[in-house]
Amino acid sequence: MSTPVKAPKPGPQAGSAGTQAAKAQPARPKAPRPAPPLGAPAAAPVLTGAQAVVRALEELEVEAVFGIPGGAILPAYDPLLDSEKVRHVLVRHEQGAGHAAQGYALATGRVGVCMATSGPGATNLVTPLADAHMDSVPIVAITGQVASTAIGTDAFQEADIVGITMPITKHSYLVTTGEEIPRVLAEAFHVASTGRPGPVLVDIPKDILSGSAPFVWPPKMDLPGYRPTTQPHGKQIREAAALIAEAKRPVLYVGGGVVKSGAHAELRELAELTGAPVITTLMARGAFPDSHPQHLGMPGMHGSVPAVHALQKSDLIVALGARFDDRVTGKLDSFAPEAKIVHVDIDPAEIGKNREVDVPIVGDCRAAIAAMTEAYADPGKERLKTWWETLDDLRGRYPLGYTDIDDGLLSPQYVIERLGALAPEDTIWTAGVGQHQMWASQFIKYETPGTFLNSGGLGTMGFAVPAAMGAKLGEMGRTVWAVDGDGCFQMTNQELATCAVEGIPIKVAVINNGNLGMVRQWQTLFYDKRYSNTNLSTHHSEASPRIPDFVKLAEALGCVGLRAETPEEVDAVIAQANAINDRPVVVDFTVGPDAMVWPMVPAGVSNDEILYARDVRPNFDDEGEI
Amino acid sequence: MSKHTLSVLVENKPGVLARVAALFSRRGFNIESLAVGLTEHPGVSRITIVVDVEAGSLEQVTKQLNKLVHVLKIVELEAGASVQRELLLVKVRADAATRGQVIAAAELFKARSVDVTPDTVTFEVTGNHDKIEAFLEVLEPFGIKELVQSGTVALGRGAKSMASLSRYVSPNS
Repeated sequence: MSTPVKAPKPGPQAGSAGTQAAKAQPARPKAPRPAPPLGAPAAAPVLTGAQAVVRALEELEVEAVFGIPGGAILPAYDPLLDSEKVRHVLVRHEQGAGHAAQGYALATGRVGVCMATSGPGATNLVTPLADAHMDSVPIVAITGQVASTAIGTDAFQEADIVGITMPITKHSYLVTTGEEIPRVLAEAFHVASTGRPGPVLVDIPKDILSGSAPFVWPPKMDLPGYRPTTQPHGKQIREAAALIAEAKRPVLYVGGGVVKSGAHAELRELAELTGAPVITTLMARGAFPDSHPQHLGMPGMHGSVPAVHALQKSDLIVALGARFDDRVTGKLDSFAPEAKIVHVDIDPAEIGKNREVDVPIVGDCRAAIAAMTEAYADPGKERLKTWWETLDDLRGRYPLGYTDIDDGLLSPQYVIERLGALAPEDTIWTAGVGQHQMWASQFIKYETPGTFLNSGGLGTMGFAVPAAMGAKLGEMGRTVWAVDGDGCFQMTNQELATCAVEGIPIKVAVINNGNLGMVRQWQTLFYDKRYSNTNLSTHHSEASPRIPDFVKLAEALGCVGLRAETPEEVDAVIAQANAINDRPVVVDFTVGPDAMVWPMVPAGVSNDEILYARDVRPNFDDEGEI
Repeated sequence: MSKHTLSVLVENKPGVLARVAALFSRRGFNIESLAVGLTEHPGVSRITIVVDVEAGSLEQVTKQLNKLVHVLKIVELEAGASVQRELLLVKVRADAATRGQVIAAAELFKARSVDVTPDTVTFEVTGNHDKIEAFLEVLEPFGIKELVQSGTVALGRGAKSMASLSRYVSPNS
């Protein structure tokens, strides 16, 4: 590196990213593979670009690639057929490949990989890339591109996928020579999985895949401008620890970064040492055990009353890998008006983006939390007594719950509660987006991180089934349940065919209320019950049969299809589904359309306006006393 | 809102300008002017960007820019501590009757005439934004037929080069 560029920052990666050799991702123990001699291009084998892609994936210890072949990517599929290390899962739609890669990454902590051809294949990856970008999921997307000589001519199946995905990827590459394939792929995996994780796209023209070049492994990475700060600043850690020790109403606001950095054990230690209440966001469910007495639940639009209130009345919010998303803060200028903010994030741009910060800490959550614990001088927990009395009182008066609606149909919350209660302990859950997602977050109890995978930032309907497929492939020994809605399910259920053919026995609970439930809830509350275009006709009625019939659909896709329509059937059907492990299972739970997600902070208002149920504002009778 | 001049060192890779420009539009920041060129280091380009933002937004835009893998370093060049220049080429109506006045006005601004026709004179002038504005104001009455202006380029004053400046906008500062 000839240029004196970015000032070196402290941290394990400082000063080395520009020259370090590519490392395979840390993963399960495998037999060590002898490294090829360094810097010996003379001895490097000459491979086609396609072979180089597959070889690099093998060297990076990729177990699975989700994808669909097509014209431009076709050369890469030929050596893939012979690979004994990389399993290709032929999906039915590229969006499924992308979400499967996300599910795999979230469940295993490794980089997920998806592959598609040029043009429409690549553009079908746009949604999962955007989703992974919002939720910081490490995936690498490899796309074929038209021949380099044809780029820019509007050739058949040409799309500028690098340009299209620029704002929704952490980084992207258009490969221009065969020699650079190993370096580009090594860099792509490195960038995707380090710092704040995210999606990286590698676009490779067909002539580069067909051409030949020497294959050098490990390649030298060349990333002079990429140096994530991982080690937190000692002074700021001490300031944060001092603030926690002084605070009378502290809250640990835990986001997805805690899960990504594997900081759950450190978090628990800090929480128990300080005695502060803990709140886990949608992306952090399971980062702190739901059963822990200090856990108040989820914050935000559909958060628990004690969690939302704790943030609002706090005098110190310690944000750990969270980003003050609008769904958490509600109206930003009335959010937690008295709170000082300690904000820990590996992405400096998140700090101060939405909420001004008193103590900024750039670094890895795990390192930062451990350092705060270390620096904390315990003043005893006496000062938190009033705070806990208030919160415990709210917990007692406003627990998460629901009332059955007397419509002769199942209560969706009951179904989800039973699913949670009857599933094996280490079950991985995925969800789509909407009411069922909120209920899955509220009524299933999560004790360990990485057990609830869903689309938080982008809110991608259809996430559940393909993400469950990816998660199951990565964790074959565990049960994977997708909790889905009838709207979401109809967006991506074709991947059940993939699951059936490839032997990936996931379980899907369709919380079928016959409607786009969350939209319908807003129409009920804010649009005078004018139900514009929310009825999906998936319920049986005199006027029409179920369209589609999910049981028949499941069977057509090679799955077992089950249905439960009464409370008496629920447990038995769930037990039946749990017992099937040789095929995917779909259970159609016919639930009522009128159930609503509560509590709720309506969009655009202060979190102080939280409603416990329709027209029921909690009575915060101790306001002003604390 | 106030104007800030950012000097951004980037790897000279295909698409880097698109990434930088796209980031500004995506995050809702307005670019007042932009100039790109090579530097003393092979493989490194310098992008000089003038943005009109509030201080908080400037910090955010700087942090977001820093996240781009091809961005090596960002420095804000303050007007007092840097030399800032724009280049203007302007074609002014100037016939036999007015040519003398036009040229006299141009001399005040140290503008060079680079092309002359019986009806026009084309001037080249460099200077900071205010000087260029003032020059154009003076020429206006004669009739400006056409003009082209470059983005601002800027260099910090003093002996240090950007790569060694300690005022590097660090995420922890």
